[in-house]
Amino acid sequence: MSLLRIGNGAGFLGDNLDAPRLLVEGAELDYLTLEYLAELTMSILARAREKTPSAGYAKDFITVLGSLRAALHAQPNLRIVTNAGGVNPRACAKAAGRVLSDARLGGRLLAVVAGDDLLPRLSELQAAGCRFEHLDTGQPLSALGREVAAANAYLGAEGIVRGLENGAHLVVTGRVADASLTVGPAVHAFRWSFDHTDRLAGASVAGHLIECGAQVTGGYHRDWQDLDLARVGYPLVELSPDGSCVVTKPRFTGGTVDRHTVAAQLVYEIGDPAHYLTPDVDVDFTTVEIEEQGANRVAVRGATGGPPPDSYKVSLAYRAGFMAAGQLVVHGRDCLAKARAAAEMLLARVRRAGFELDQTHVELLGTGEAVPLRPAEAKTSAEGALESTSSEGANHHREVVLRIAACDPRREALERFVREFAPLATSGPAGLAGYTAATGQVRPVFAYWPTTVPKALVQPRMEVDTAAAWAEK
Amino acid sequence: MSHASTSHVPPGRIALGEIAHARSGDKGNHANIGVIAYTQRGYEHLQKELTPQRVREYFAALGTTRVERFELPRLWALNFLLYDALAGGASQSLRIDTQGKLLGTAVLELEIPRPDNLAEMRRPQP
Repeated sequence: MSLLRIGNGAGFLGDNLDAPRLLVEGAELDYLTLEYLAELTMSILARAREKTPSAGYAKDFITVLGSLRAALHAQPNLRIVTNAGGVNPRACAKAAGRVLSDARLGGRLLAVVAGDDLLPRLSELQAAGCRFEHLDTGQPLSALGREVAAANAYLGAEGIVRGLENGAHLVVTGRVADASLTVGPAVHAFRWSFDHTDRLAGASVAGHLIECGAQVTGGYHRDWQDLDLARVGYPLVELSPDGSCVVTKPRFTGGTVDRHTVAAQLVYEIGDPAHYLTPDVDVDFTTVEIEEQGANRVAVRGATGGPPPDSYKVSLAYRAGFMAAGQLVVHGRDCLAKARAAAEMLLARVRRAGFELDQTHVELLGTGEAVPLRPAEAKTSAEGALESTSSEGANHHREVVLRIAACDPRREALERFVREFAPLATSGPAGLAGYTAATGQVRPVFAYWPTTVPKALVQPRMEVDTAAAWAEK
Repeated sequence: MSHASTSHVPPGRIALGEIAHARSGDKGNHANIGVIAYTQRGYEHLQKELTPQRVREYFAALGTTRVERFELPRLWALNFLLYDALAGGASQSLRIDTQGKLLGTAVLELEIPRPDNLAEMRRPQP
């Protein structure tokens, strides 16, 4: 194979549902990847599985797969690799198997990659000497004393490669590193060994660039006004056997691919660019070069890599009480003073009801407070506004959105907090509205505990069967 | 958005957004901000002026404990890692911007000294 065309149609759980279909219709892909899992997503899915044993995967994927039925018939060589499995990849495979069977594609092979879920193994692994030390604090997990809600190792490309070698058209994984969704197809198609670290580095860079979908094709770009983002095209890479690639998007779509969209995505959510660690390879981004090659085509080459770490990163979440937030719109020339006063009233009423909330946070959205900057200046302007509520010149805000958030170990404390938004509509200052739309639900907090596990203690598992067989499991 | 008219910026200073764009995100409770210069000359100016101390001071109110800067000269980019900047991070923060997504836009208002050769640093017009 001379050139491998890999496109990514989803960057997170909740991304545009039409994007995968538009991408495969607009580009001749060898592989479609769909990335659904963020740090927080695993905890949300673990909670869903707790309530319903057949849940815990990205249901968006089942909807997307349904939208791809015609494309899968028209493009019989198209393969799909996705981490939609979440904390329940077998249940995801069952649901996907049903969709494929209903579409007369029940004979296609479907592989599940699992083994990442460490939750049922925590005691066993701790007994085996794994301390699950917090990456920042060094504290061992045994010192935490809270209920762990999810614990998943970031697996690499290995299980995906095995699935593809066994003829799978669809590979459903649990937690694998985002870039491995691209590395797997590359290793399989180009017959790379896992010792080809520079090539793996190149494919990892390609995967990192497309993993957030439209963020590399003009989405979230500073020059948004020129880009026709309503019709933004999702990205694909044309990957070469040496690991270099061209980033592009389907023709006749909105957005843009240029050196700036590619550079912005390359530095997205990274730490030390000389050591971008994946389970497959330790990538050096600082050797990467990018070059525009005509409209919407950017060549990316020069990535280098070293051997990967001998441990897997683990995304572990523990229960840490509850949180809730609510919003009200506050209108009028004295809106800033009224909003602060309304927040005080609400919190005073919660206190009077007997609940001293553990933590609260008040934001006046529309004033710049969403990014707290330089306290001295922020204080001056807020005080100025409060003192000059009768002077429209000094207080140029006609309205703000008051947002109050709180967390507490007691669910009932937050239930009371959430209840106090509505009464403000008739018992607070004039000029308040919108509480019905914006009062949030009380939800459990899953705090994040980043850690690692030795690779020797975790075995990726791969299981392949026909879609029709998965549907019946 | 054009940062060409930044009337609130004092003489002899410019807003970072005149010569660079940026993108930010989360790494647990830490935030990262990638700042990308429009030109090689702009990158050289940023290398000199956009120090980790300057970024830390600008985002002091976030509760950042430490800022580390990494250089990607071939991409004309600097990556800043802001430790403990996210009030607990995506799962725990009470802020509306739980993941620090807005920091990349906010950093473009940071003021740096106006270079003599500013024209060579602005985004080349297509």
